[in-house]
Parts: sequence; C-alpha cells; structure tokens
Amino acid sequence: MSTATAPHPASAANADLPVLEINNLAVSYRSNNDFQRVVHNVSLQVRPGEIVALVGESGSGKTTTAQAVIGLLAENGRLESGAIRLNGTDIAGWSEKRLDTIRGSKISLIPQDPTGSLNPVKTIGTQVAEVFQIHRRGTRAEIEAGVIDLLARVGLSQPELRARQYPHELSGGMRQRVLIAIAVAMRPALIIADEPTSALDVTVQQRILDLIDGLREEYGTAVLLVTHDLGVAADRADHLVVLKGGRVQEQGPTAEILASPRSDYTRKLLADAPSLAKAQRVKRAGPRPAPEGGHAIVVEDLVQDFPLDRGRRGAFRAVDGISFKVARGTTHAVVGESGSGKTTTARSVVGFQKPTSGRILVDGVDVTTLRGEALRQFRRTIQLVYQNPFASLDPLQTIYQIIEEPLLNFDPLPREERARKIHAILDRVRLPQSVLTRRPRTLSGGQRQRVALARALVLEPQVLVLDEAVSALDVTVQAQILGLLDELQQALGLTYLFISHDLAVVRQISDTVSVLYNGRQVDSGTVEDVFLRPGSPYTRELIGAIAGQRNLPMMNTSNHFVGTGQ
Amino acid sequence: MTSINTASRSLVPSDAGLLESTSRYGVGTHPNDRGLPVARWLTAVMRFPIGLAASWFVMAIVVMWALFPALFTSYSGTVGVARQQLRAPSAEHWLGTDALGRDLLARVIYGAANSLSGAFVAVGVGLVIGTTLGLLAGSARGRVDGAIMRIVDVLLSIPQLLLSLSIVILLGFGTVNAAIAVGVTSIASFARLARSEVVRVRASDYVEAAFGSGGTFVRVLLRHILPNSLTSVVALAALQFGSAILAISTLGFLGYGAPPPTPEWGLLIAEGRNYIARAWWLTTVPGVVVILVVLSANRINQSFGKDRT
Repeated sequence: MSTATAPHPASAANADLPVLEINNLAVSYRSNNDFQRVVHNVSLQVRPGEIVALVGESGSGKTTTAQAVIGLLAENGRLESGAIRLNGTDIAGWSEKRLDTIRGSKISLIPQDPTGSLNPVKTIGTQVAEVFQIHRRGTRAEIEAGVIDLLARVGLSQPELRARQYPHELSGGMRQRVLIAIAVAMRPALIIADEPTSALDVTVQQRILDLIDGLREEYGTAVLLVTHDLGVAADRADHLVVLKGGRVQEQGPTAEILASPRSDYTRKLLADAPSLAKAQRVKRAGPRPAPEGGHAIVVEDLVQDFPLDRGRRGAFRAVDGISFKVARGTTHAVVGESGSGKTTTARSVVGFQKPTSGRILVDGVDVTTLRGEALRQFRRTIQLVYQNPFASLDPLQTIYQIIEEPLLNFDPLPREERARKIHAILDRVRLPQSVLTRRPRTLSGGQRQRVALARALVLEPQVLVLDEAVSALDVTVQAQILGLLDELQQALGLTYLFISHDLAVVRQISDTVSVLYNGRQVDSGTVEDVFLRPGSPYTRELIGAIAGQRNLPMMNTSNHFVGTGQ
Repeated sequence: MTSINTASRSLVPSDAGLLESTSRYGVGTHPNDRGLPVARWLTAVMRFPIGLAASWFVMAIVVMWALFPALFTSYSGTVGVARQQLRAPSAEHWLGTDALGRDLLARVIYGAANSLSGAFVAVGVGLVIGTTLGLLAGSARGRVDGAIMRIVDVLLSIPQLLLSLSIVILLGFGTVNAAIAVGVTSIASFARLARSEVVRVRASDYVEAAFGSGGTFVRVLLRHILPNSLTSVVALAALQFGSAILAISTLGFLGYGAPPPTPEWGLLIAEGRNYIARAWWLTTVPGVVVILVVLSANRINQSFGKDRT
C-alpha cells in the first residue's frame, strides 16, 4: 500500500526496509564453564510503524532475544552467531561504546518493572533529562522544557509537579509512563517493550498499551513487544512471533495465527489463554450443588481498619462493609485491583487477622472470636494457598517434609499412616512420587504450586482460600492447575474462595463473584449475571479491559459469556 | 498505514547513513569468543583463586599444628634446652630460641592449640548466646524484642577490649576465661544479625503457611525460622573466628590470658618484646603467624559469602 502511494521509489524502498531484522540469532549463557544455548536460530523482522509481539512462556528466550537486540545481555550471556540489522546495519558484535551512540536515540527499551527501573534518589525530571543530556540535545532551558513537554505527552497530569517528584511518590502506572517518556524522548526508530504492563493492574495496563499505540502512530516508531500474555499480543500486535525453548514455533500476521494456528504449541497456547474466547470453561456445566448443604463461608459487614503511622490520627479503611455467602462445594471469586482489599478479606477469612467489625462464619464457626488453641484447631477446616509458590515453601525442607508438616501439628499419627496419606495426596495433585526427596528449588513453578496444594489438602479441609494462586504461572501451567482445582473440588467437595485480579480466569472457574473497588463491594452475584449485566461502571471497565477481545473472531463463543447473552 | 510510513521515512535515511561504516562480524569472530584450548587453559589458570587456596593451606597447617604438634617438631613447647638461649635461626632451631632456650617454632606450633581452641570457645559463646537472643527478640517482637535489643545496644556501646578486660578480671585469668571474655564481646553483633534474619524469615509466606497449617510458635521457630536464619549467622561466625584469635592474642599480650609458660601466640609476642633489639624474630614470627591466620579466616569467609549470592 505504501509503495503504491509513495512519490519516490528510493524512499519507498527505504520504507520497505525493516527497522529491525534478526537473522539466525543464537545466544547462550555460561553456567560454570560451559555455554548453554538458550536462543536457537531466531529470525524475525520489524517494519516501520509495526508492532511485533514476541510471545512465549517463561524460559522461552523471548526476553533474551530482546536483550540481545539492544546489547543488554546479562554478563554471562554471549551472542553466538547471527545478524541483528538495525535499518540495514548489522549491530551484532558492536562494542558497548558504539552501542551507546544508538541506545536511546535509535533504539530504546521500556523495562518490565517500573519500580526497580527508576533511580529512587533522583527526581523524575532529572531522570528524563538524562537521556537528552547523554545525546547532547539542547541547552539546559530547552531540556527542561522538553522534559515537561514529554511528561505531558505521555499523559501525566501536572507535568511540572511530576518532574519535581521522586519515583516513590508516583503510582505504578505513572512510573511506567515516565519510563515510556524516557524511551520515546529521542523518537527512536524502534522501541523494545519488555513486558511493559505485566506488573500493572488490568485497567492501567490497557491505558498504558493505548499510550504506546498512540505514540507509535504519531511517531511512526516500530515496537517489539515482549509479552507472556497472548491476550495482550492478540490485541495489539500486527505480527506474532511464538517462541518456545528458544526456537520460533510460528510467526505471521496476528489475525492469521489466531484464526488458523499451524503449530501444535500455538494451538495449545491459544486454548489455554483464559482471556481468549477459545479457552474452555474449566468449570463443569450442569446444576450447581444444591444449597441445602448450607453455606461454607458467610461474611457479614466485614470492616478492616489499619492504623496509620505513629503520630497520625485515624486509620486506613482497607475493607469497608463487605458481605457474601459461599454455598458448600462452590467457588466464589473476589475480584479487584491492587489495593481493593481482596487479600485483606482473604486473610481475615483464614483468621490471620482480626477484623475491626463484622462477622465471618466458616463452617458455622465465627472466626473473629477464635484465639489460641481454638484458632489452631480451626485451621484444619480452612487452608490458604499463596500466590507465589517460590516464597510459600521452605527452601530447606524436602517435599516430603513440607507435606508432612501439617500432619505433625495435629493428632499424632503413626509414621506409616503419615506416609500413606502423603503418597495419596501426591497422587491427587498429580505429582510423581519421585519429587518427595527433592527440595522446592529443583521444581518448576507449576510443580511447586501443586506441592502447596498438597500441603493445604493433606489436612482434609473443607475450604480452600486461593490468593492469586495461579497468577504467577504460565498460561499452560495455569490451565492445568485450574483443571486440577476443579477436579479436586468435585472429588472432595471443597469450597473455594478464589482471590484474583484476572477476570478472565475468574470467568473460567467460579460460580459466584464479588467485585471489590477501594475496599467496597461494587458488584456481586453469579458469574453470568456479573459478566452479562455488570451493575457498576467499574465492573464494566474491568470487563472491557480483559485483553484479547479485539482481534478475535467473535463467533462460536457458546462458552464465552461476553457478547453472547440474550 | 501511509501516514505511519511517511513519519518513519524521515528517520530511516539518516539512520542508514550513520550506521553505514559498520564492520561485519562473522560467526565465531565475536570479540568475546575465545577459541584456542591453550587460551582457555590460561584463563582457567588465571581464574584459579590462588589467595583462597593459600588461605585454606594456612588454616589446614594451623589446625594440624593444634591437633598433632609432635608431628611438626621434636622440641618441647615449654621446656628449654640448656645453654641455647637466644640463638638466631639456624638449621638446628629454624626460628631460633628464646631467653630460656625454648625452640620458637615449637612454641608457635604448640601455641596453635591454645589460640585455636580459645577462638573456638569465643566464637561458640558469641554464636550460641547471641543467636538465641536474636531469635527470641526477632520472633517474639514487642516488649521482649525491645528489652533484649537495648541490652545489646549497651553491649555494643562499650569498647570491646575494655569489656573483655573487665570480664577477665571478674572471672580470673586463664585461657578459657579469656576466650569467654572475647566471646561475650561478640554476642551483640551475633544477636543483631540473627534478629534481622529472623525478622526477614518471619515475614515470608512459608512461615505464615506453617502457622496456617496449625503450627505452634515453638515448632515453627525451630523448624523454619531458625534453620533459614542461620546461613548469614554462620558466615559471621567464620569472620569472628579471625578477630577472636586477634582478641585472644591481645589479652595474652597484656597478660590477661594464658599464664606463662603456656605457649600462646599473644603471650609469645609479649615475651619476645623485651628482646626486640637482639632477637627481633621472637616477636615478629608469632606476629606474622597471627596475621596470616586472621587474613586466611577472613578470605575463606569472603569466599563463602560470594557463593551464597
């Protein structure tokens, strides 16, 4: 299209020239004394003004590829072979000094972690000005004006004030905007965005992606988007490059890949991504367990205040009058963004903190009045599974010791009886018996979360509270764990309280939902009701922010509530 | 699409011009690619930590001295040889003899047992008492924490030498008492470190999960908090070992440690001091030994620290 309308053939040829062309790139990392290859023969092209998404799970080599392009491989990383052409010039093997002349000006990076990527002791203004100073653009006054201009351009309110503030005074979304400002300051030809929104809430994520999209259109910058989230890639990218184990599985135009994936791996990814309509609802269809089983959890008017710092009066109200009931054998989801009070609610239900007021009945017992030995005995009925399986298992214990521990805390069982229970529960969570002698560090994230589940289930509790229990996992692993959770619920009649920020996952697994916003419950009801007839504007915004709805062929979505209702 | 391309076109030609003079690197010719096996062997040799190996060697020798002194010398550490006073180093007495005709090498070798066991006792006292206090303070928090840590603050505020001298005077002179006195001075730093580690571990998910699965306070403390806090504390113990040897030698030098004629390094330095003009080796050699052992202990401790991160 552009070739036809271009006035000069020469510039037309230039426009066709990819901004970035990677040919047979291979990267390896040194561990001890040998090199382990992690990226194998990756080739891809990014044309001007295009968004190309590198999609893959953790360990797929997507970040390594992106780091190699900008010459920021870790110290033990080494470019084995291949060419990296920026506007036709091979920059593979350039020295640091030489790369410095193009970093920021021709090619720039939006890092993943907005908190760790800004210097905490410098003001926002100084840090943005740095990129101008490095590339010697303009006088001090000009730079100052440029910084303010730029901050306004990335959508920060009161840019003069922001320039004088320090990173800790800004929210995560605002910090990410600052990083974007730094990345686009020199109007580079290529921006590498390495998981730019993974650390952000969904609604913020959408705004940040909109911003990157807008800047790309305005400046004609090409974007190499590194993401694990297929939904985000599907929404934003023109081209998808699917990586697995350092090899390109498939690449091509986004719509084509979504409509007819050629490789098995892509098909699996598409099927497992909860935000894409193709993902099956994990929850079995059919009548929900009859309510005569009563309610496993009843929360009434839960209020939780936290005292503010010493010397200041008053308190911060984290949870403000939340009520819900969970029927036995069903799953209730509590959804909200960070700071909405969902984790506070979960911790109160498990009895880790005393609510300021309100009542919590678990299995008919009022949790709020329990203390000491009664509270300890109560823990048999309810267990919490944590978000991060890397932090919730003691690194020094073996898997056997981890799963055995809850049994040792209550009625002493003979050793053989304990071993029998441990082996049985291990089968339940689908782990091989061989893991028992290993330590958590040798297991993958998914396996660790299975161990955490086994530890929670070995006491045969009635209720499981899952605090973002699948958020830290790759999509395929996430799908497996969700499937396992459903299986366990059916087999053991468990009741789940499922805490999550991810509406797409919630839609897959739960029966009823409460939507929290700033500690208040803004919506509740069955999943169908909340998704089809959201009662509050906030819920509508949340549903709208689920990534992966744009490029989807909106048909055959019988198991997909949005867009199908009556 | 067209508008995007026009915008980017303005960028592209200038870029191409700027980057034109780039040389191409083919496969295998990257600057960080080392190919020859000889070169690889050389880098391996260069990377070999000679200092660390020497440190282990020094420690091994000293430990062997302490365990089997008779293997290293035929002379006695305490009984002098008649008419052999203040001899210069020779084939007969490698490091010469002191004013009573005792072989200096023998005294240094026999002294290792006193100095090392003293250091072990000192570190042991600090490690056990300090870690226990830190563990209690960090896991109980609140008033217990406040009380313990204020006592630790007081301990920290008294100069170490003054503190150990006062304790030796209270307990009476002697090798073990000197070691205990040195150990007491390190309680404070062990307690501080242990507490901070305990506070860190206590905040972790797995400790909460242990309480959540019905663990009692003591059980969680012993099963999770203590083992996970110990790594840094053990590293500090290795570091303290070096300074303990130094501190015990200091007490020995001042006459508060082992009573003569016990061969103890600090005491050797002190005794040799009187003859520094005639027989400089009498104070220099034990001094150098102390320095080497302390440096080695620190170097080894440092290498542990590197491995951990």
